[in-house]
Amino acid sequence: MAIMIETQDLTKYYGPTLAIDRLNFEVAAGEIVGFLGPNGAGKTTTLKVLAGFLSPTAGTARINGFDVVNESLKVRASLGYLPENVSLYPDLTVTQLLEFAARAKGVEAKQEKSEIQRVTEACGLEEVRRTMVAALSKGYRQRLGLAQALLNQPPLLILDEPTIGLDPSQIVEIRTLIKNLEGSHTVVLSSHILPEVSQLCHRVIIINRGQIVASDTPENLSRQHGHGSRVMLAVRGPEAKVAATLQAVAGVAQVVPQGDGRFLVQAGGDQELRPQLARTVVDQGWELLELKVHEFSLEDVFLNLVTEEES
Amino acid sequence: MKSLNGCLALWRKELTVYFATPIFYITGFFFLVLAGYFFYTNVLYYSIISLQAAQQASNPQVAAQLNPTQMVYRPLFAVLAIVLLFLVPLLTMRLLAEEKRSGTAELLFTYPISDWAVILGKFLAALLVYLIFLAFTASYSLALTLVTRLDWGAIGAGYLGLILLGASALALGLFASSLTENQIVAGVVGFALLLLFWIIGWVQELGGGGLGKAFQYLSLLDHYDNFTKGVIDTRDLVYCLSFIFFFLFLTKRQLESRRWRA
Repeated sequence: MAIMIETQDLTKYYGPTLAIDRLNFEVAAGEIVGFLGPNGAGKTTTLKVLAGFLSPTAGTARINGFDVVNESLKVRASLGYLPENVSLYPDLTVTQLLEFAARAKGVEAKQEKSEIQRVTEACGLEEVRRTMVAALSKGYRQRLGLAQALLNQPPLLILDEPTIGLDPSQIVEIRTLIKNLEGSHTVVLSSHILPEVSQLCHRVIIINRGQIVASDTPENLSRQHGHGSRVMLAVRGPEAKVAATLQAVAGVAQVVPQGDGRFLVQAGGDQELRPQLARTVVDQGWELLELKVHEFSLEDVFLNLVTEEES
Repeated sequence: MKSLNGCLALWRKELTVYFATPIFYITGFFFLVLAGYFFYTNVLYYSIISLQAAQQASNPQVAAQLNPTQMVYRPLFAVLAIVLLFLVPLLTMRLLAEEKRSGTAELLFTYPISDWAVILGKFLAALLVYLIFLAFTASYSLALTLVTRLDWGAIGAGYLGLILLGASALALGLFASSLTENQIVAGVVGFALLLLFWIIGWVQELGGGGLGKAFQYLSLLDHYDNFTKGVIDTRDLVYCLSFIFFFLFLTKRQLESRRWRA
């Protein structure tokens, strides 16, 4: 598969402050990749360097085969960029702004109208076509930012916090929009809304303090960095006794009663606990109502990784 | 071809913003009020003097001085140049400073437009606004032709001087705007730099020698003066064009350095 983004030891200092530290990663064409990290981790800086807005202090980044420093114009022609807290010209109307963006991005004059129509519809901006940007609500402004990024169908979209400041229904719309770009576009987005990343992205890159601490699919990350497996059980029986019995099973590290006869069993290692737990419950003559693996959420993984780093 | 499109896109956007904001109307209004006032008083003065000259037995030397180019246009061009000193920083201070302050620079500089296209688009938009102001003053001359004969060559040279002087000042103002995020600071710096290039020639009057001559050559006013006399000298043309290029080039350098320092 073709490589869309490739970085080698990408480093950026702001004065004496190190913002990103020797980042190495690749993004394949058609992939949706999420950047995840606490505030100040270097997500936005990374995206700004990739978008050609900032030059790296050291290292290289290639987008669509072009170097971000030496072939900046070609790089910029291959991408659509939505900055964090996007600023747009307040004195223009929505259509005027999209016209400017279309011309600036080199949309052919013949296709300008239809291209603007396409992104206006895709981002739900029909009602505010003639509104001044200054008068737009935060949600509309964010959608307009996304609309200008989509103009001229760039192969790569770089979206910095695309759903920030939107209400829940708008968030769903924008997510659907991004999901629909799958395959035809490569999307790199940053977010600190973890479920968003796990829903949208094929792969997650977690950065902390300017360095990559993990890069994998959301499922693999949960499995690898969840620290042992967890099993959820629902048992009809005397609660205290059940808990004590489960605790005695070999390999169980901790049993947390959840009420209503439900127990969360944490394994000490990676071993499979389910057969042993089922047998124990049945042998005791209790009724086993439910038994399932309890996946670690991305929140857990993220917190684990970031706190591990810090300790 | 591509960078031409980018330049054109920016040019149109800047003009849309100019026409949508009050700065264009306010500066235009006051420029035309001042220009109209000075033109009117010059014509009035000229008509009084020529009336007096006609009543008294005419002195051939005085009569030779009595023509609209000398009596109306030279003083008008001189005073318009001073009005320009105040007007141009108002037109240019927003151009780059505002992009940086509001954060729109982040979008602008991630579009596939070269820095030169950005600079030229903005410069040419400001130049067109300035030319629109000047075009209104042409109506004065048209009115004057109804009553007297004008030396169109000399007036044309004066206007060429005014256009080149304005373009030079706009290039300098654009550079000032690239230095800061604050419009007011950009305006003040632009004004101060313009003033400096205005008065730098005065050093020569204090007894200069070679250095004085060099300073005089750098003075905008000195080169402009020739145009108002109706003289088009290639040295003045070369000076103005190099002045414009030099400041646009400095602006380009300033934009490039942003990517590294940020």
